[in-house]
Formats: sequence, structure tokens, C-alpha cells
Amino acid sequence: MAERVLRVADLTVEIPTRHAVLRPVDQVGFDIAAGEVLGVVGESGAGKSMTGNAVIGLLDPPARITGGQITLHGERIDNLPADQMRRIRGNEIGMVFQDPLTSLNPLLTVREQLTETILQHLPVSKAEAEARALAGLEEVGIPAAARRLDAYPHQFSGGMRQRVVIALALCAEPSLIIADEPTTALDVSVQAQIIALLKRLCRERGTAVMLITHDMGVIAEAADRVAVMYAGRLAELGDVRDVLTNPAHPYTAGLMASTPLAAQGHHRLNQIPGTMPRLDAIPDGCAFNPRCPRVADKCRKEPRPRVEEGDRASCWFPLQEAVA
Amino acid sequence: MSALVSVRNLTRIFDVSKPWLNRLIERLPRALLKAVHDVSFEIEEKTIYGLVGESGSGKSTIGKMIVGLLPPTDGSVEVGGVNLFTEADPARVAKTRSDIQMIFQDPYASLNPRWRVRAIIEEPVTVLGGDTGGLAERLLEQVGLSASDAGKYPHEFSGGQRQRICVARALASKPKLLVCDEPTSALDVSVQAQVLNLMSDLQEELGLTYLLISHDLTVVQHMATKVGVLYLGRLVEEAPREDLFTSPKHPYTRMLLEAAPRLDGFGRQVDPPRGEIPDPINPPSGCAFHPRCPLAVDRCKSEPPQMRDIGQTRVACHMA
Ligand SMILES: Nc1ncnc2c1ncn2[C@@H]1O[C@H](COP(=O)(O)OP(=O)(O)OP(=O)(O)O)[C@@H](O)[C@H]1O
Ligand SMILES: Nc1ncnc2c1ncn2[C@@H]1O[C@H](COP(=O)(O)OP(=O)(O)OP(=O)(O)O)[C@@H](O)[C@H]1O
Ligand code: SF4
Ligand SMILES: [Mg+2]
Ligand SMILES: [Mg+2]
Repeated sequence: MAERVLRVADLTVEIPTRHAVLRPVDQVGFDIAAGEVLGVVGESGAGKSMTGNAVIGLLDPPARITGGQITLHGERIDNLPADQMRRIRGNEIGMVFQDPLTSLNPLLTVREQLTETILQHLPVSKAEAEARALAGLEEVGIPAAARRLDAYPHQFSGGMRQRVVIALALCAEPSLIIADEPTTALDVSVQAQIIALLKRLCRERGTAVMLITHDMGVIAEAADRVAVMYAGRLAELGDVRDVLTNPAHPYTAGLMASTPLAAQGHHRLNQIPGTMPRLDAIPDGCAFNPRCPRVADKCRKEPRPRVEEGDRASCWFPLQEAVA
Repeated sequence: MSALVSVRNLTRIFDVSKPWLNRLIERLPRALLKAVHDVSFEIEEKTIYGLVGESGSGKSTIGKMIVGLLPPTDGSVEVGGVNLFTEADPARVAKTRSDIQMIFQDPYASLNPRWRVRAIIEEPVTVLGGDTGGLAERLLEQVGLSASDAGKYPHEFSGGQRQRICVARALASKPKLLVCDEPTSALDVSVQAQVLNLMSDLQEELGLTYLLISHDLTVVQHMATKVGVLYLGRLVEEAPREDLFTSPKHPYTRMLLEAAPRLDGFGRQVDPPRGEIPDPINPPSGCAFHPRCPLAVDRCKSEPPQMRDIGQTRVACHMA
């Protein structure tokens, strides 16, 4: 069993508003081992980014962590002062976001950004840092990297920029990478290149990866395990093949059946009636109950079903019994 | 079956030069971007033609030329035998315009936030001075919303519901052809399923013809009768859906299908595609795909491949 890099337990994030306290992340728990890719899926507004941002300590106020624990290599990081958390970001945790331009400084060359970051986080000489910067660009597959070191971000294509961001995220050799929709803005051919790159780095360096996406296909190909989120809660968590081929939660099952599948041809797609509830109108009991085909009285009345050790789905009437 | 839409040798060039003074000072040449390059295809009546290709391949530009929003630089589009840019008879132009409607990607941007849903839906008919009594209510029910929604404003609806309103508006003038440019790209999969099902139902009920533009291969594979693949403004392959997805002939089509993530692709090791889409202002010589093509030979660098037929497939590749 590989070392557990990240552990998130009962994580709750709240946003106080005038009318109510919203809970975009509600008692979410999972962990990620070294060399493992955990996929986080769910539809827009499910709380995926909020969860990722909570882990790296980048919640926008007034959103804040109000419950649970986040531990990195066994050390709590959810209650650290801002400056210590800043050191951990970059050093221990690398980040890749959907829009590469948010992570790059338009006024600095790629060489300057990479060497600066390396010098900030690693005890090496300037020359060593420059050598590492070049090696980093080569590792992420930028052709003629030596010639491109002195280019500015805007001189790269979207896919190349995302590679630079990955090089930047990796240069301090973090043990965890959080990638939030890293390929959503990219074309399929470039997406395939970036996903292959992330998988290779994870395999070769033993980096733990939290891959946030709404694309089930990307999850199938890249993730080892998957967490399905719905209305701020964890609906299902398990081995990617089990969850996608034999979903236990009715929401996961509905999601899979509404995805246009290659072999299905002209058949109608499954429809999940309705939409995800707004944060100020989350139903009692199971949050999915108004849309669920298996709903029974218990789902509306009992407190929400929790994912306990060994369970796969947060559901009173799962489609499969979890094989623990 | 007859063709409702005929696209012949369609070409569109954009002038993307800097202002002339900058050009003079910096000694830059004029920069012309060929967004669409000699594209020909037909859409049979009551079928769905899927147009796929990566970002910048010219999909939207073709869509805009078909609905008459953008004039071609060269070549022509005929819808029901009428070319909107050359037709002299204003009555035929007006009739053809109302036969064609468009649905866009972003259901948020394409609805006027200050108008009630009724006014939004009836607009295409109002501008033609047509009768709108009860029209909005009827169409709302047809797209699975309720008649009482006609008095509401767009912000009261979710993304999927707004896209239904867009569909209702597009149907108001009883069109024959719907050009749908990435109609579900901004929607979540469960909502996408609702909109795609609605599109299928309406197509059967009303005998509509669709041009479905999408970069999502799974959507096109699910919906289309025939599929055209664009690369750098060129149509590189066209085939009935089955043929395209089971035996793609063009190396670019193969690359695209191979790269697309699969729902059953657990742990799949893809050989990621080589290179990137080239600069459209200075496209490669010969076959535009040759710098990335695993099959390329010398001839591909110099001679642009012509479209030819292989069975039901049309493909532009020397090696296919
Ligand atoms: N400042 C805020 N005030 C109120 N609600 C907020 C605020 N920021 C985010 N939210 C809400 O928190 C919820 C979770 O958002 P989050 O960005 O984590 O979703 P997501 O799963 O990443 O969705 P997407 O796929 O669209 O990126 C959403 O319902 C969002 O509207
Ligand atoms: N009005 C314009 N002026 C200049 N160039 C344009 C204009 N419209 C489109 N282009 C260029 O033409 C090419 C084709 O653009 P188009 O929008 O048709 O692509 P697309 O296939 O729809 O891409 P996407 O998937 O990103 O929507 C691109 O290189 C684009 O930059
Ligand atoms: S708990 Fe009930 S409502 Fe919720 S998903 Fe399971 S069966 Fe459906
Ligand atoms: Mg997000
Ligand atoms: Mg487009």
C-alpha cells in the first residue's frame, strides 16, 4: 500500500449570507495515496472547485472551512497561518487551473517565472535553478525548450501554456497536484497530450493527483479512484471501474446513462428530471431525493445517508452493495 | 431524398492585418486568414449533418455563411435552391430567411434579459408581421416548459431551460433548417441529455433538418446521420455516421477518434497526438495536415489532396 499523501475528513465549507448559511461543501471525506489519481466529478455547482480550493487554502472569503480536517503526510494543514500555507502551496502542493493565464505572470519570461519559483522553494544556486527550469520544460514536452525559455506566456498556444503551468506546478517537486479542469478549455488532441503527461508524472514521480473535471471520459482514462459530488456532498466514492460500470448511487447511474455513449447509436438518452438544487434550497434527507427514481419516504425524512468506512454510496437504497 | 442545403466550394477569408500605418512602419505584409477553404457538401432533407473539428477549424464560420449572417468570399450556399446573397426576388429571400434558424452555444448570452419570454419567442414572427396569438404558449409546451412561463424573464430559468427557450424561439417561424452551433457545450451532461432528446423528438415530429456543429465527438456520434470533419478550414472527410466512427479513412479523423476520451477507456495508454494545429495565416503547403501526419510522404508536402470517393466516404488524403 502506497503512502497516504492527502486525507480529507468531514470537510465542511460555509458561506454566511444575509438569509442563511450556505454549505457548498458538506462533510466531504476522501484520501489520495502517492502515485494515485483521484478524479472528482460532478455537474456545475457541485462543489468540486470549492473542495480543491479548501485543500490548498485558497477559499475566497467569506467562504471558510467550518468543520473537518485536512492532513498532508499526517500533518494538519487546514488550520495553518497564511504564510505557512503559502509555503506549502508550491512546495508541497502544486496547482493547475483551467485557465493557464491565471497562473502565469504575463510580464515575466518563462525562464524568469520558473527559476524564481524554484529559488523560492528549493535550496539551490541560480545556475542550478536555471538548469532545472530547462529540464522542467523538457519534461512536460515543450519542443525546442531551450529556445523557448525566453518567451513570454502570450507567445505560447493554449496547450503549450498549460504545459508551462504544469512545469511550474512541478518544479518544486510537490507530493500532491490539484488540477481543476486542466483540459476543459483545450481541444481533444491537446487534452490527450496533457492527460498523458499528468499520468506519466504521477507514475514516474509518485505524485498524488486530485483531478477535478466534469468529463466522465477523462475520469475513466486518467483516474484510479473517483469521487462523485452532488450539491456539496459526496454521493459516491470508489474504484473508477466499479463506479463507472456499476454505479451504486442513483445519481451516478443517471449521470452515466445520460452521457452519449459510443455504442448506443440513435437511442434516447436517459434524462434526470430537474436540476441540482441551489445551495439555499437543499432538500431534507438525501439531497438527490426530488430527482431520484428510487426515492422512498426514508430518503425524505431520515437525516442524509452517510458514506461510512467501506460504503461506496451515500444512499439509503444503493443499486449495488459495496464490495468492501 | 433531395438536398435542402448545397454548399459549393465555399471559401471565407478574413483580413487580420494590423492597421495600415503599423504595417507601413513595421514593414509587415497583409495578413489574410483563410477560415474556410473550398468546402463542399450537401445536407439531405430531414437528416442531421454533424460538423466536427477542433477550435478554429471553421465550423462557426460555415454555420454563419449558411444562415446568411456572413457573406462568402468565394463559392456559394443554397438553401432550398435559394442563394441568400444573390437572389433578386425579395419575397424568396424573406421566405428562405424564415426557413432557416440558428441556435447558439450560450443560452445566457442569446436571450435578451429585459424581454419577457413571450416577446423573445415571438420575435422572429413579429418582425415578419405574422400572427402570434398563443404562439409562445404553444411552443413552450412543445419544448417541455409550461405555457405560464411565457410571462417570465430569462433569469428565472436554468441553463437547460434557457436553451429550450432558444429552441422554442428558433421554431417560431416554422423553419425547415436549424443550424445549431455547439447547442449543448455550455450545459451539464444531464441537462445536455434533455436538450439532445428534445432536438431528436422535434426532428421526428416536424421533419426538421439540422446542421449540428460540435467539437464533442460523442454528441455528433449520438445525433448525426452524416458527419463532416474539418481541419484548418478544409473538409478532410465526410461519411455516414457508422462509417466515420467505425472505419475512419483520413489520418486526422483517426487521430481525433483515438485521442477522444472513452467512457470505457480505463487505464488506456493513448499515444498522444503529435504537434499542434498550425498557424492558419501560414498554413502548411500541400496537405495542411502533413506536418502531423504519420502517413505523410513527399507528395503530401507539395500537392493538396483532392476529395475522392471511397464507398460512401469522401476523403481528401493521398494515402487513404
Ligand atoms: N461567494 C459565493 N457566494 C455564494 N455562493 C457561492 C460563492 N462562490 C461559490 N458559490 C457556490 O458554491 C457552489 C459550489 O461551487 P464550485 O465552484 O465549487 O462548483 P464546481 O463543482 O466547481 O462547479 P463548476 O463545474 O461549474 O466549476 C456553487 O453552487 C456556487 O454557486
Ligand atoms: N470575424 C473574424 N475576423 C477574423 N478572423 C476570424 C473571424 N471569425 C473567425 N475568424 C478566424 O477564423 C478561423 C475559424 O474560426 P471559427 O470560429 O469558424 O472556428 P470554429 O471551428 O467555430 O472554432 P471553435 O470550436 O473555437 O468555435 C479561426 O482561425 C478564427 O480565428
Ligand atoms: S437516498 Fe434515496 S433519494 Fe437519495 S439517491 Fe438513494 S434512493 Fe435516491
Ligand atoms: Mg469548478
Ligand atoms: Mg465555433
